Amino acid sequence: MDYDVNGTTIAADEEGYITNLSEWSKELADVIAVNEKIDMNEEHWEVVNFLRDYYEEYQIAPAVRVLIKSVKKTMGKEKGNNKYMYELFPYGPAKQACKIAGLPKPTGCV
Amino acid sequence: MSEIKKFLYVNRKAPYGTIYALESLEVVLIGAAFEQDVSLAFLDDGVFQLTKGQNTDGIGIKNFSPTYRALGDYEVTKLYVEQESLDERGLTLDDLQAVVYEDEDDDWEEKPSIRVVSRAEMADIMADQDVVLSF
Repeated sequence: MDYDVNGTTIAADEEGYITNLSEWSKELADVIAVNEKIDMNEEHWEVVNFLRDYYEEYQIAPAVRVLIKSVKKTMGKEKGNNKYMYELFPYGPAKQACKIAGLPKPTGCV
Repeated sequence: MSEIKKFLYVNRKAPYGTIYALESLEVVLIGAAFEQDVSLAFLDDGVFQLTKGQNTDGIGIKNFSPTYRALGDYEVTKLYVEQESLDERGLTLDDLQAVVYEDEDDDWEEKPSIRVVSRAEMADIMADQDVVLSF
């Protein structure tokens, strides 16, 4: 399932995760988000950027509980909880947010 | 939920060239979700998995060594490294990257995850496990 960003085709796997991580752009993130039926606002971007930073540092997409724990540590408990995350990304913060962030599917996420 | 078991993942191979090191790390990350008592052992060429300054540009493989530093987030905080294996390869603790975790019971103080142990101590650690998985 590929994406089209201003006429350029970006390859993705059958679940919608892009195959070449270096092809990510903010424009692509918006296209993936529309596909996921998510209307990106500042709160969504905050999580997406957090995930990209995490991947840059550790070379993995974190599991949901690790994501939530890390967000709690850096952004506070108002944001580092299940309810907040699932309101932003109803089909799973790790799954959907990672997809939008252009990361691989989180390790151990089925 | 059954009682907590002690799992030890034994790593004996160099990080690249075979898939064992990466597979072990991925199993550890997946297994961490099951809230068991998880430890990792590094011996023989496995000690090279933790060396700092790894650069895989020339072999076209992802450098996954930064991922060991995420283990603390997954509550995997015991990385046993065998002293004799380091010695035999001319390595010391200084050649390994720093891996730390935050101790929840001690005001989130950062503590080292890597513990260098002797071959005899490693044998005792292995004997003490419920499950030992070799990679």
